[in-house]
Amino acid sequence: MNYALLAPEITLAIVAVVILAIGLMIPKGPHKGMVPLTILGLLLTMGVTGGQFAANVHGTFLNGMYYADNYASFFKLLFLTAALLVVLSSTEYVQKLPAHRGEFYALILFAALGMMIMAGSGDLITLYIGLETMTISFYVLVAYLTEDGKSSEAGLKYLILGAVSSAVLLYGISFVYGLTGSTVIAEVASSLGSSISPAIILALVMVLVGFAFKISLIPFHMWAPDIYEGAPTPVTAYLAVASKAAGFAALTRVFLIGFQQQVYGGSPEVVLAVLIAVTMIAGNLMAIPQKSFKRMMAYSSIAQAGYLAIGLLAGDQAGVKAVLFYAMIYVFANMGAFTVATLIANAQGSDQIKDFAGLARRSPFAAAVMLISLLSLAGIPPLAGFVGKFYLFSAVINQGWVSLAYIGFVMSMVSVYYYLSVVKTMYMEPGEGLPKIGLGGASKFTLFVTMIVTLFIGIYPTPLAQMAISAAKSLIR
Amino acid sequence: MLFCFGLYGVLAKKNAIAVLMSLELMLNAVNINLVAFNHFLYNQTYDFNGVKHAILTGHVSALFVIVVAAAEVAVGLALVITIYRNRLSTDIDELDWLKW
Repeated sequence: MNYALLAPEITLAIVAVVILAIGLMIPKGPHKGMVPLTILGLLLTMGVTGGQFAANVHGTFLNGMYYADNYASFFKLLFLTAALLVVLSSTEYVQKLPAHRGEFYALILFAALGMMIMAGSGDLITLYIGLETMTISFYVLVAYLTEDGKSSEAGLKYLILGAVSSAVLLYGISFVYGLTGSTVIAEVASSLGSSISPAIILALVMVLVGFAFKISLIPFHMWAPDIYEGAPTPVTAYLAVASKAAGFAALTRVFLIGFQQQVYGGSPEVVLAVLIAVTMIAGNLMAIPQKSFKRMMAYSSIAQAGYLAIGLLAGDQAGVKAVLFYAMIYVFANMGAFTVATLIANAQGSDQIKDFAGLARRSPFAAAVMLISLLSLAGIPPLAGFVGKFYLFSAVINQGWVSLAYIGFVMSMVSVYYYLSVVKTMYMEPGEGLPKIGLGGASKFTLFVTMIVTLFIGIYPTPLAQMAISAAKSLIR
Repeated sequence: MLFCFGLYGVLAKKNAIAVLMSLELMLNAVNINLVAFNHFLYNQTYDFNGVKHAILTGHVSALFVIVVAAAEVAVGLALVITIYRNRLSTDIDELDWLKW
């Protein structure tokens, strides 16, 4: 056994435990020192993961139960980036929490650890453990504002729906075990071969439903708007980008390695295509009437999950590359938008779209970052979102799903409407009597980074595309 | 069957504690599945240095599920207590501050 393959996970686990211990030991207060410490730990883990990625490490641990390949490393870098941006953007938010400030960072790290295990797992039970490490941390994070009834209500709803979906997923896994005698994904594939029976379809559907909950495909999206609205704003951002990407990381590996011959070319593929089409159409349409910014972003993230799943449906190297690429730029675009929302929530204690009125005057920089992030989410060239959507749609057209690409294209046009209505509020409405938004150093840095990356990748996508290709190659050869 | 009972309970019960109990039913259905499959379908052994060992994938998986379920319910009960403090009720139907 080569423990060096697990270096990123081990590093992050140690960092998280240390942060938790320090958070409990130091006396009550603003806990200012926790932020640099957490960032240092995250950067250290990123360094280790980046080293593995650059060295093109490709190994398995415990007879294929755990993979350390570029596919996993790419997703690990994505989760760590998201965690880093969340920690940076929530610095001022956490200062205002009434209690338990220290544990906030530890929980974010534990959630990231769970996601990393999901990305690397080559065994269905390992995957489940990673999934639950992530979601249980999220249950606590969502319900973090104990004084706020909405937050704990969102937490309980998330817990019940999340637990039901993991129970369905587990029931599917137990059937897979019953059919094949193994829980290792590669062994499941070799044992199933190309056979298809009603029992296999049943197991497959249960696994798909379990994951569809996590990545919020319609009709399994009901939890998302409520939980996004009730959760503390930085947690919402983390939930939207990282937990969704983790779901995709695991689902892609299970489908492409474990059930490749069952899913593709048969009826499960059609079911997936219908789910994606419904998700893109309904997600975008339901976002239009929303008045709360977080609810709107929830429906927008449902629609984005639909776009991402297009790459999964393509199911080849180009498709996986497109998923990886889009997931990464989605992190930056969404984090930019949510950092601005966090600033607004901090200054005005509310997250309605009308609270953004006059932001262009009150804080021109924040408004500009919001504009760029939203346009990138809508897929307007020359921003990163356009390149990502281009990769996704061209991958799926190559597999013969022209109609899906057409739906995706039309619905992106629809999404411009609700994204731009926020921009209109920011730039056109006066916003009399609303406070000026002061930018702290950490949030200014986050906004700057997200803006630069979104612009840079839109103009020059090659470096990230190369990384995504090398990651996709390590998954499918 | 047990799984379906649990699912029905989650959907139909009004008390948050009962919903958590139904969740446990669903997870226990999974455990029974795993253990039964291992015992009746894959009751194999393998040689390790001349000693025969049973292959216990299903049993071990069930143990993992039990541990995770315990952690999940611990968080769930804590949340129920928080909500009870806020509004003196554990009725699921009253959780309507966030519209569905």
